[in-house]
Amino acid sequence: MLTYEIVVIGGGPAGLAAAIEAKKNGIESILIIERDGELGGILQQCIHNGFGLHVFKEELTGPEYAEKFIHELKQMGIAYKLDTMVLDINKDKEIHAINTIDGFMTIKAGAVILAMGCRERTRGAINIPGTRPAGIYTAGTAQRFVNMEGHKVGKRVVILGSGDIGLIMARRMTLEGAKVLAVVELMPFSGGLTRNIVQCLEDYNIPLLLSHTLTEIRGKDRVEGIVIAKVDENKKIIPGTEQEFDCDTLLLSVGLIPENELSYNAGIELDPITYGPTVNEAMETSVEGIFACGNVVHVHDLVDFVTQESRRAGKNAAGYIKKEIKKESQTVHTHPEKGIRYIVPQRVRIANVGQKLDLFMRVDNVYQDVYMVVKINDKEIKRIKKKHLAPGEMESLEIQKDDLVCEEGSMISILLEKEGA
Amino acid sequence: MYDVAVIGAGIIGTFVARELSKYDLKIVLIDKEADVANGTTKANSAIVHAGYDALPGTLKARLNARGNTLYDQVCKQLDVPFKRIGSLVIATNKEEMDTIKVLHRRGLKNCIPAMKILTKQEIIKMEPNLNENVIGGLYAPTAGIVSPWELAEALAENAVDNGVELKLEREVIDIKKIEEGYCIYTKAENISARYVINCAGVYADKINEMVTSKTFTIHPRRGQYNILDKSVGNLVNHVIFQAPTDLGKGVLVAPTVHGNLLVGPDTEDIIDKENTATSSERIALIRKTARKTIDKIPFHKTITSFAGLRATPDTGDFIIQEAEEAKGFINVAGIESPGLSAAPAIAEYTVDLLKNLVGSLKEKTDFKPERRPVLRFMELNAEEKAAVIKKDPRYGRIICRCESITEGEIVDAIHRSAGARTVDAIKRRVRPGMGRCQGGFCGPRVMEILARELGKDITEIVKDGPKSYILIN
Repeated sequence: MLTYEIVVIGGGPAGLAAAIEAKKNGIESILIIERDGELGGILQQCIHNGFGLHVFKEELTGPEYAEKFIHELKQMGIAYKLDTMVLDINKDKEIHAINTIDGFMTIKAGAVILAMGCRERTRGAINIPGTRPAGIYTAGTAQRFVNMEGHKVGKRVVILGSGDIGLIMARRMTLEGAKVLAVVELMPFSGGLTRNIVQCLEDYNIPLLLSHTLTEIRGKDRVEGIVIAKVDENKKIIPGTEQEFDCDTLLLSVGLIPENELSYNAGIELDPITYGPTVNEAMETSVEGIFACGNVVHVHDLVDFVTQESRRAGKNAAGYIKKEIKKESQTVHTHPEKGIRYIVPQRVRIANVGQKLDLFMRVDNVYQDVYMVVKINDKEIKRIKKKHLAPGEMESLEIQKDDLVCEEGSMISILLEKEGA
Repeated sequence: MYDVAVIGAGIIGTFVARELSKYDLKIVLIDKEADVANGTTKANSAIVHAGYDALPGTLKARLNARGNTLYDQVCKQLDVPFKRIGSLVIATNKEEMDTIKVLHRRGLKNCIPAMKILTKQEIIKMEPNLNENVIGGLYAPTAGIVSPWELAEALAENAVDNGVELKLEREVIDIKKIEEGYCIYTKAENISARYVINCAGVYADKINEMVTSKTFTIHPRRGQYNILDKSVGNLVNHVIFQAPTDLGKGVLVAPTVHGNLLVGPDTEDIIDKENTATSSERIALIRKTARKTIDKIPFHKTITSFAGLRATPDTGDFIIQEAEEAKGFINVAGIESPGLSAAPAIAEYTVDLLKNLVGSLKEKTDFKPERRPVLRFMELNAEEKAAVIKKDPRYGRIICRCESITEGEIVDAIHRSAGARTVDAIKRRVRPGMGRCQGGFCGPRVMEILARELGKDITEIVKDGPKSYILIN
């Protein structure tokens, strides 16, 4: 049996930042387990720029952003195993993993950091009707083929869903010589970042069809066409608004889901909204000593925020090993109310809050000129004016320690209020 | 010149070919698709029915009852997952309870063993997730679940290992009578055989009409399904049927042998024998219907939808006989439900027919009923896993994360007899792409392995048939 103080599962941006931070906080024995053949995770296929503005104050490509961490990790001598798959974890923090070199391994960890990231929602998950031909890819799979393997996946493309990967791929496919006919979005607003709509669609004259959905896929062997239709405010198809597209490829960018099969099987509590583990202020899950960070907890919009969250997880996991984290404390819960979909962390042990508490959340719709209101047990403690809020962008706010006047079982709630209301 | 040509490599054609391979015969198995099991066999309810449903006296009734009893042995010999979990027909009112009594009586006439009419309490104890409105039901412990395409693949593999030649991508365009038998025309080649067995599924009427006048018609009758994630596969423990009413047969809810949950099918007569498209309205309908017995089905855990075509004959029963106008040409047609359940008995029955035509068949002395066991990595314990990787490191590399499928298993599926040549063929044999990511992560890697093992360029690797290209050259 192998033994480490901290084992990090996943060597993407979250795992890298968490491991480095744990090491900086005095932990010597750390292992990263990565299932792919290299570190860096999905960043390695994101060859566009726009990464690092918050963390490094410069604009980097995905691989450049990853490389900064990989370089630092190697300099620090942190151990990692590539091409290695974790089969299961248990509450005693015992990990079973396999690879071709070490074979079957049992690894005992003092603390575990879950950093498995997320996967793409598929056609089946959203029940797109029609035939099942070749030529239907999730945007990320197409991105891997195009950017990592150097293959072309199609010539005439429609993209369903306006999540960021879909927007990025609209531009990428255009640059590769494909014709992107349209990006089709069910909601009346895009799920992606505003900057991506401008830089990936508008700059290339790619139409964004909001409030539209896919009603049929045609073609027996390869996609031959698709049909879309407009939807009303209840997302019901409006008859007579069907339009056909003659295309050979359909890309899906219809959402990301945290990958939590390992967490679920380990008995870790999952949040029904985020599909990620519920965590406390230390990014610790419901199982003591198992931490989580990055997209496995909730889907982030920017990798910079993944890095920041993962550094907190790494630091706290180190603190847990060194027994610096206070387990005995008043615990309060966070609660999303009107307009807010979820809040991370879900639990806060007041004794571990430093000068301020950071909360992260997403809103459920597009809002203009609203107040984000924070209450503790229905008593307002903070009100922040927001000009524009959108579900595609993660929001955060700080609560000063002095404002955290609560007792065991108190509830910190966040809601949106219209200006003047 | 072959002794016997079997047209169609679905569950019926592969069962017949494997049964024939027990005898000293030169046999060819022909299919238009790029893989075996690529028609109705890959898209159905995957149920081995107990046999109370078919009308007494029909071939369906006789062969279902017999077929069911043969499943344990053949699935054991071929190392194919089969679970005799039993079925329940659920009644929610007195009328349905009366129907259940009719089914029970019919089952007794069909000699179906161990059936029992159960009370509400007994049923709720067996199936706590059913709706409260259940009032009773029919329990048939001999019903089971199987993986139909894996069974057909295993049968094809075992048939090939016993000397059968498998020819894929051979669409039959015509059949002509020749002196010693028949000549089968395909684009690639002409194949001559003394006897022809027509197991062409929804196309069996078209194949029949190549040698005789129109004697029966096969109507494609589409059924759609939802398949749900493994995390909810234990919602029910048995195959749950609704009591048939004047409005229809209802839909079933059942676990699959791989632990997913299957919900469906509806019934829709269509014209196009290739139309396996799904539709939003129909999927909504099966969901609504299924909720009548279990409203707890978590449809947000759906991983995909699919449709299959039943080969429904206009005669009302299986058609298994020599064509009157074409001596030596045997139709095995109209094999709709309970065709999968009856399949092993259909194979026996068909070979008996052939024996009568030929006079006698000589049994082989070296027939191998078993196929090489399949190594399913995740079913091994820790020590076994360690030992397997030590022996072949390719079992230490997981390709499919959702189903935990190793490279070793994928390579094995390619190199077996009747092995996989396409991405979907790999998916059906060892399941990468069957899971919740539906091949998003593993698809590109499966393609790399196929290209490497088959000595092809990756752009030549297709999803299913030759025209289903994935990458542009």
